[in-house]
Amino acid sequence: MTTVVSSPVQHLEVNGIPFEAVIGIECHVELKTETKMFCGCRNLFGAQPNTNVCPVCLGLPGALPVPNRIAIELLVKAGLAFGAEIPAFSKFDRKNYFYPDMPKNYQISQYDMPLSVGGSVSFWLPDGTKKSVNLTRIHLEEDTGKSIHSGSSDGRIAGSTSSLVDFNRAGVPLMECVSEPDIRSAAEAVAYLEALKRTFVALGVSDVKMEEGSLRCDANVSIRPAGWAALGTKSEIKNMNSFRSVLRAIESELARQADVLSRGGRIVQETRGWDESSGVTIPQRSKEQAHDYRYFPDPDLVPIEFSKDDVRRLRDAAGTLPQARLERLIEVDKLTVAAAHQIVDTAGLADFYEAAARMSGSPQATANFLLGDLARLANDSGVAVAASGATPEALAELVALTASNAINSKTAKDLLVRIWTSGGSPSHIVEAEGLAQVSDLTAIDRLVDEVIAANAQTCADFRAGKNKVMGFLVGQVMKASRGKANPALAEERLRARIEAGSPA
Amino acid sequence: MAAGAVLPLAGVPLAIKDNMCVIGTRTTCASKILGDWVAPYTATAVERLLRAGALPLGKTNLDEFAMGSSCENSALATTHNPWDPTRVPGGSSGGSAAAVAAGEAVIALGSDTGGSIREPAAFCGVVGFKPTYGRVSRYGLIAFASSLDQIGPLSKSVEDAALVYDLMAGKDPCDATTVDRPVEATLGGFPKDLAGLRVGIVRDFALDRLEPDVRAVYEAAYGDLQRLGADLVEVALPTADYGVATYYLIAPAECSSNLARFDGMRYGLRAEGADVLETYERTRAAGFGNEVKRRILIGTHALSSGYYDAYYVRAQKARTLIAADFARAFEACDVIACPAAASPAFEFNAKSDPLAMYLMDYYTIPMSLAGVPSLSVPCGYVTPQGSDKPLPLGLELTAPLFAERLLIGVARAYESGTQHAAHRVPPVLEASAR
Repeated sequence: MTTVVSSPVQHLEVNGIPFEAVIGIECHVELKTETKMFCGCRNLFGAQPNTNVCPVCLGLPGALPVPNRIAIELLVKAGLAFGAEIPAFSKFDRKNYFYPDMPKNYQISQYDMPLSVGGSVSFWLPDGTKKSVNLTRIHLEEDTGKSIHSGSSDGRIAGSTSSLVDFNRAGVPLMECVSEPDIRSAAEAVAYLEALKRTFVALGVSDVKMEEGSLRCDANVSIRPAGWAALGTKSEIKNMNSFRSVLRAIESELARQADVLSRGGRIVQETRGWDESSGVTIPQRSKEQAHDYRYFPDPDLVPIEFSKDDVRRLRDAAGTLPQARLERLIEVDKLTVAAAHQIVDTAGLADFYEAAARMSGSPQATANFLLGDLARLANDSGVAVAASGATPEALAELVALTASNAINSKTAKDLLVRIWTSGGSPSHIVEAEGLAQVSDLTAIDRLVDEVIAANAQTCADFRAGKNKVMGFLVGQVMKASRGKANPALAEERLRARIEAGSPA
Repeated sequence: MAAGAVLPLAGVPLAIKDNMCVIGTRTTCASKILGDWVAPYTATAVERLLRAGALPLGKTNLDEFAMGSSCENSALATTHNPWDPTRVPGGSSGGSAAAVAAGEAVIALGSDTGGSIREPAAFCGVVGFKPTYGRVSRYGLIAFASSLDQIGPLSKSVEDAALVYDLMAGKDPCDATTVDRPVEATLGGFPKDLAGLRVGIVRDFALDRLEPDVRAVYEAAYGDLQRLGADLVEVALPTADYGVATYYLIAPAECSSNLARFDGMRYGLRAEGADVLETYERTRAAGFGNEVKRRILIGTHALSSGYYDAYYVRAQKARTLIAADFARAFEACDVIACPAAASPAFEFNAKSDPLAMYLMDYYTIPMSLAGVPSLSVPCGYVTPQGSDKPLPLGLELTAPLFAERLLIGVARAYESGTQHAAHRVPPVLEASAR
């Protein structure tokens, strides 16, 4: 996952008084199921328009919805991953409004009894600060079709001459995840979304591809004097198509609100659309124009029941989740936030890391090898670390061999390349091939003396203050040892014996 | 039909109320809004009968979207009562009831939301049976009020109704509200009499508000039940009086949402406007009749923010109380007997006040709200003053949830033990045959 580079912390101020941002995020995530939410049509992105449709998802007269149990369970897994409560009883409601891409002119959604209640999302900011954002709820609904407007310059309905609707997306299971207004900056908003994405991908709940629309989000943004408990009037920002646009849109909106207040104006409650090209939010709809959705329980569907056993089964099936891993990697193993994210966000790497780190007892060194040499090998070969010849056991041995100075770093690098392609145990190879680092003083001193004798002029230069020749001299010792000498020890003995004046 | 196959409905002509989808045929709901829409699939209930060998005879008239009690709300056709063509056949399944009464179809399918099978069956002198809600799949039935709609048979005899019900009933994977519970066959093993049966007579449905001749027929019907061995016990349904008011919040609320899809965008009638909103408005203004519009307005209002708790939520609470009344009544009796309608079929345009029309379903709505199985069986005739045409009346029998076998058995014993069975031919047909 590419991390959006956050801009420096945005300072908000209104007439000299420090203000703070109050942000809540609503995001819609398309679930990765084989079939749609209420019918047997395939849930597939990018098919020919109107090919994955049937009487149910087209809302034809007489057709009835039948819930997709898999979608319900995916949502429950997502909720459990954030410690949410799964009520024993939940139901579907109808949200009524007219729109041409909504076949029934109501959307099956959940109003007052969502599948998942509460929970919290924890994440770490680049500076290592841990932050938790509480979730209000996660509920399940059906996606709408997609309108395509033609004839207007920007693809919008205004000015268009004709509109077409693709119903392939209609009825795709959609999870709406609503946060409490616990987010305090645009950067936190993005970190929060990245945390959601990380978990949903790990659970197999969704692809979470913003560019394919499988993740869409709105932000409720307001500002207030720093430290106040009361909430300011919010605006709802829509039409953000990437994490980067989330960052820019929220920052722009916060600045706009601070500017309005500075001029003595008032914030009005409204929906605003993010305009990527101009970099500002534009008013779309005021509170007075808000819909009355006339929610009521969908009489075509029966309540959803979850027993404690169902919940336990789903929780057990989830395995280790990114949030718990990050907690261990950052708080226990003391890895940097960036390193921990890189490990957790690379498929298969976290299990590999945790096994190797546990065996080696050196998390930092393990992470260094994984994110350094092994990541480079993976990148060059296009093979994942977990699919290469390297095993966690081998990496742990390598870390231990290096830590105990049994091998030097050059040998370690060579060994990594060998086990990447052919597998095997580093300690066996070291033993069989005599690759162990030479740390024996007598042996080192003998090599050092040979090098000093052969490079009298260079030694003289060093004595005269040319410190940088030391690298050359250490290199000569390494060469003489065929790479096995302990370079630190070699340097120490070179200095000692050159400064002592002469060979013994 | 495969040669040599023995199918229970082989060759039996079946009329289908025109709010059920049959693949490749025009399905109208007796509304202009569906235009020439042709269903691309077949309703589960119809499919099950066709697989049993039934021959689809045609689609029958109804009140538009099944909203009405006389068939007068059809935007497409007028259906006359075979017993007296100056009178309505009842509704909304009036076309199905008239088709069976006139001998055009042997069996017909209707749908019942608040009495739409039972009331026309009573008016046309046939058997009309509404099973327990959740027993027969609604897949392919164009919804009026989803939590109340139920498909059922109309037929000349209780036995025919039982046969059709047994073939249709049971879980349908396409309808989440069908109940996954074994269906008890209702056909066969009928009791000979009603010995030992406790029949509840509803105190709150006192017959003294009926016309004397109508009242006499029902009193005789109760007497027949007793004569056949039943013990009559008085039961109370104190909240049933709120049935019509409750129903006219819940059903319109659901219909306001169910009928939202008819907007001219994807199928059916489209009256073009300057923009999307105007196209919606023109299409729906031209496509829906007054009664449908009235109910959409009532329902939209009942669900609106600020009114939802006062109307929809209270109506749901009342519905719960009505269902509880039935449960309590069935502790004291096995089945309940009452009139299916307060009068025989009325003349066209006799009920121009919508509220007067709504009250036609006074005796059938509480059962729909409670979800219990209920049927109308012919129980006698009255001949209005100045007329020479006898008009049938129906006895409504109601049983506890899922007690269809009991209900059919009682109805069959009553039918065979009395003189007014549904086999009588309407005088209009006798005249035309001469």
